[in-house]
Amino acid sequence: MSNYRFKSLRGVWMFFFWLISTPSFAQLNIEIFGGGASRIPVAIVPFAEENALPQNLTPVISADLQRTGLFRLIDPAGSSPHAPVEVVYSDWANRGANALVIGRVAQLPGGQVEIQFRVMDVAKKSQLTGLALTVPTTQLRAAAHRIADVIYEALTGDVGVFSTRIAYVLKRGERYALQVADSDGYNAQSIIEYTEPIISPAWSPDGSQLAYVSFENKKPVVYVQTLTTRERRAVASFKGSNSAPAWSPDGKRLAVVLTNQGGSQIFLVNVDGSGLQRLSRSSGIDTEPNFSPDGRYILFTSDRGGSPQIYRMAVTSSESGNAERMTFEGNYNVSPDYSQDGKSFTFIHRHNNQFNVAVQEIGSRQVQILTNSRFDESPSFAPNGRMILYATEINGHGILSAVSRDGQTRQHLTVQSGDIREPAWGPLPKWK
Amino acid sequence: MKKALGIALVALLAGCASQTTQPDEELSADSGYGSGMSGSELMGSGSGRPSYFSQLNDPNSILSQRSVYYDYDSYTVKGEYRDLVLSHARFLRDNPDANVILQGNTDDRGSREYNLALGQRRADGVRNMMTLAGARDAQIESVSLGEEKPRALGNSEAAWSQNRRTDILYRGE
Repeated sequence: MSNYRFKSLRGVWMFFFWLISTPSFAQLNIEIFGGGASRIPVAIVPFAEENALPQNLTPVISADLQRTGLFRLIDPAGSSPHAPVEVVYSDWANRGANALVIGRVAQLPGGQVEIQFRVMDVAKKSQLTGLALTVPTTQLRAAAHRIADVIYEALTGDVGVFSTRIAYVLKRGERYALQVADSDGYNAQSIIEYTEPIISPAWSPDGSQLAYVSFENKKPVVYVQTLTTRERRAVASFKGSNSAPAWSPDGKRLAVVLTNQGGSQIFLVNVDGSGLQRLSRSSGIDTEPNFSPDGRYILFTSDRGGSPQIYRMAVTSSESGNAERMTFEGNYNVSPDYSQDGKSFTFIHRHNNQFNVAVQEIGSRQVQILTNSRFDESPSFAPNGRMILYATEINGHGILSAVSRDGQTRQHLTVQSGDIREPAWGPLPKWK
Repeated sequence: MKKALGIALVALLAGCASQTTQPDEELSADSGYGSGMSGSELMGSGSGRPSYFSQLNDPNSILSQRSVYYDYDSYTVKGEYRDLVLSHARFLRDNPDANVILQGNTDDRGSREYNLALGQRRADGVRNMMTLAGARDAQIESVSLGEEKPRALGNSEAAWSQNRRTDILYRGE
């Protein structure tokens, strides 16, 4: 075994620990509707001995890859190599596979599992990448997402987002839960639960905190909560309404929307609630601020021109009425969210009485509408810019859905009961 | 002196409101703050439920109507609701101990945050009309529930139109 080169992640393997013991009361399932034409054919062979684990790895890995719409999974039936010497490349070439994933697991004392896997290039008959990692049996899904990330990165050259987390609000009956789940919707945990509405969760740039709006005091107040400790504080609880929190990229400040000086206007506040500074000044509605990745600009929604449109203003030390209008098609464009490269933003565009996810290139102003449902809301870019998570409605129920950046692949993440809304895609984990 | 102050304040409020037009009699100095102050002193702090509630709940009185409905995407108080809003404004003017909460609501289409702001704008619009008509600022709190507390459920204009609404709630009722 020492002849083989494995990058070991032992010791740098980092996990978030969710201290709350409440089990999730809803699991999300994934449905795939379509796919791009030029998908990469990959065969994933079930890993040796994985059936003995409490959680199989390869089904999670396969689902992750399939969900992106970038891969076509080749059935490995009838052949099960686990080491390079066992691979008959011509067999896999005949099945149409460009890449082959093989591996094995070994249970270690103390509830640990060692996983070794390799991605083989079928045409070149060589190893593209390989990895060994040791994880507790309680973290097997997380390990599978990490493996899917490695495969995704080896085959696309792009950063994988399977190890990220998503936040959203689940309404069941009269209860509202702010939940955090894996990027595939599993491992859902409630962060808080109330009988009053919760809206607008926003991840801190380091993924350790969530800002959100709770109506628990019979009016909207902005809170920031640390996920590991559950500690939380009100950062904007002024007279009137406090809402729409957005993190600055350095994680030190929040843009919020307050009504205490009249109208709904955008302010900056330090994360500890100090240093309030007014940013926008209009006689209309200014809301839904979203920072550019470099922190220099804020996109926001304003009706200053007569209908809600997306505008951009510079973040300066003094308030400004100046803003550049960004959207011009139609009379309802809201909920902007910058892509990670700052070159485009996703938003909700209304046309023909439908509310759909759209993307606009900032440079060319070119708009592409990505969905065709009736009531889409709250679009949120994946941290690699390749997918957009959003809320939509099916049979009167709110569900989460994701669409690829090119609009070619969509999938629903369905909850069995209850309404799910207000998704926010979390940042890449720190070790990325 | 009190009267002069009243005129000044009413003029100030009139200057603030850009969208609302009011019949002239609603802006007369007598309906302003001056008379309100003395009324407040007369009412004192009697125990029990204030007597004015019976008037508010008389089904024959326009005061028993408490909701203003809106067109889609709009925060303009339509003409058919002007009497309703002005009647409540006069009631507040004449009963300085009465306090209201105005709750703005929207239908559930589109952005929750934008709808929160739109609901606030609806409630603020009613508040502006009321203060111009002689209610005191301190008697009115305007808040928004956005699309979060729908009265009617479902994806139909019948449901949506019920939810595009400002409710007038009297404190202590």
